[in-house]
Amino acid sequence: MIDHRFDAVADVRSDLANVQYLADDGIASVVFLADRLQKPVLVEGPAGTGKTQLAKSVADMIGARLIRLQCYEGLDEAKALYEWNYKKQLLRIQAERTDGDNDWDSLHDDLFSDEFLMTRPLLEAIRAEDPVVLLIDEIDRVEVETEALLLEILSDYQVSVPELGTVVANQIPLVFLTSNNTRELSEALKRRCLFLHIDYPQMDREKEIVLTKVDGISENLADQIARVVRSIRQLELKKSPSVSETLDWARTLIILGIESIDAESAKETLHILLKYQSDIEKAAKELSD
Amino acid sequence: MLDLLSGFIVELRNAGLPVSLTENLDAMEAITHIPIEDRDAFKYALAATLVKNENHWRAFETVFEVYFSHRGPQYKVDRDGENGESAEDLEQWLQEQMEGMGEGMGGGQGEGLSPEELAEMLYKALLQGDEAMMKAMARAAVSKYAGMEPGRPVGGTYYLYRTLRNLDLEGMLDQLMADSEKDADGLTDLESRLEREEFQHRLDELKKEIEAEIRRRLVADRGVEAMAKTLRKPLPEDVDFMHASREEMVAIRKAIQPLTRKLAARLARKRRNKRRGPLDFKSTVRASLSYGGVPADPRFKYPRPNKPELMVVADISGSVAAFARFTLHLVYALSSQFSKVRAFVFIDGIDEVTHMFQGEEDIMKAVHRVNTEADVIWVDGHSDYGHAFQVFWDKYGHEITSKTTVMFLGDARNNYHSTNNWVVKEARKRARHVFWLNPEPKSYWDTGDSVITEYGTHCDGVFECRNLRQLEGFVDHLA
Repeated sequence: MIDHRFDAVADVRSDLANVQYLADDGIASVVFLADRLQKPVLVEGPAGTGKTQLAKSVADMIGARLIRLQCYEGLDEAKALYEWNYKKQLLRIQAERTDGDNDWDSLHDDLFSDEFLMTRPLLEAIRAEDPVVLLIDEIDRVEVETEALLLEILSDYQVSVPELGTVVANQIPLVFLTSNNTRELSEALKRRCLFLHIDYPQMDREKEIVLTKVDGISENLADQIARVVRSIRQLELKKSPSVSETLDWARTLIILGIESIDAESAKETLHILLKYQSDIEKAAKELSD
Repeated sequence: MLDLLSGFIVELRNAGLPVSLTENLDAMEAITHIPIEDRDAFKYALAATLVKNENHWRAFETVFEVYFSHRGPQYKVDRDGENGESAEDLEQWLQEQMEGMGEGMGGGQGEGLSPEELAEMLYKALLQGDEAMMKAMARAAVSKYAGMEPGRPVGGTYYLYRTLRNLDLEGMLDQLMADSEKDADGLTDLESRLEREEFQHRLDELKKEIEAEIRRRLVADRGVEAMAKTLRKPLPEDVDFMHASREEMVAIRKAIQPLTRKLAARLARKRRNKRRGPLDFKSTVRASLSYGGVPADPRFKYPRPNKPELMVVADISGSVAAFARFTLHLVYALSSQFSKVRAFVFIDGIDEVTHMFQGEEDIMKAVHRVNTEADVIWVDGHSDYGHAFQVFWDKYGHEITSKTTVMFLGDARNNYHSTNNWVVKEARKRARHVFWLNPEPKSYWDTGDSVITEYGTHCDGVFECRNLRQLEGFVDHLA
């Protein structure tokens, strides 16, 4: 019905590369399909592998506005969908009273009109006239019951406001949901989404990422960094280094003016990559063996 | 195509993946948008619509490889034992490659490569990390060494073993290392470690390729359904602790880490939300301001109920050791959810091992210490629940309080010793709860020397706990 945003999987990939996001085949395919099937994408994976960044980059790529809903425990309708501006409504009633004109019908219709509606991210994404990308971040933080709030918008791209009726989307936005997998999401939610698992990148891709994201790094150093990080990820650690930590490490090495990594310099900067003391000790021991 | 796809989905369901009807329809629609010749995109399209759990990815991949493997004459198992046409083609191609490399090796065409030549070429491919070459070599190696015969009822592992034995990859790794060291005039420790890992990675790729090659040929020989059935494996959360292979153990261990995180989050949430406490006056007044001073929205304090104390008494004799290990692992990973965790292990003697977990950040190390250092053998090192429990009661029984939950882990196979089940009975009188986890399937209970019912009647609950899914369910129940 509407024209598609992308022509082929390869286009998605190269376009994403243009905004400095190096996608692999899986990521590119899913983004492509999300557009074609008009379905939201549920992105899961370890922390710091670029889940949120993917949504940002896609928004950047298609020149859309990013609307972000950060989830947390206790998130409710009023924060996610819409809220009536009751203070303004009260003022309105008071103003009416001083007028002395008590036409209840017109007042009632007035009170629940657009003027008093405060849109929250979900409704805003639905009502937007310009192209938008909706990012629902860390969906696993809300309770199972709150998930149900999202179902209508995810499957039909509409929101029902009892007083106003149903608001249908002007255009189908691209929707990304991210999850750190701290709890099992409900079947109903999963069924409505395309599923994408982003894992730590392969060594070659990680090297490419370091090369694009870190200014002034030599190919040789990037290669070494990727290798050392792969080596560390193979250890059994509490928390493996993420991509963002790899990038931090690369930047640190650049600042310190280290051109090639040896065991000594690696050990001294390990705390950038690893955040637990026991992990640092373990890795230091492994690397010096 | 539609037939193939519905067969594929049936097989996914057989493998234990929950695929709903809508997901099925999504998959059908998704592939209409993907050019069929792009195999990777096709695979990801199916994965995105059908697989909604990362742990199921492996199972999906296996089924995918079987159903949508490369087909064509070159993957036929040779019917008459002679090299088919395709094999000759391949060797010819390899020969050309060799000559292209400026090697000019001997050996006329059609005679095939000698083992030495094959090894030599493989070595080169590995050294340079040439993927196309490695793929071709995998095919050549399988044709040469696997000795596959049509219709022979052996599993893929047998062929894999035969191929790998002939290739001697270990030796190749050492040689690769020696060579690269020579090239670089000595490497530092770190460099040589990284180099070794790189080669190891390439060798693993090669192994995978060989495996895939064998699988393709088997599929061509035996047909899709039969092959999918032989390759079907339980999902990680369904793998039986007692019969897990080494690979599956690793998978379980990997799965347990995110599981603990998930459980901890859930338990904390549950504890907080469970009950409403008394009115929170301050907060209510503040909230009432927005209603003009009318307390329309009463606020409550959320009490934080006491966390339970936990005593784990685990059988670590050979038959159930793996199970006890995982349970201890899980319990300790969750120790923030309990006010105190104490662990005891026994075979026929009993020993407290709490201190081995304290101050030890690495749980695997702690478990290892338990297995090697704990003093659990009294007479002969065969399970004796009766004696172990008696000692437990005498030494630690008085420390059980009304806040304590006692958890026994074991199969209750007592080698016909006296059971001393009064210990469990007494423990129940003092403790908040007494649970028993049994890693044996329910149908085996009370057969042979199992005396689970004698203990079980004095427990608040006896749970079958054979895999991660059941273990997770129990811990959820516990807190």
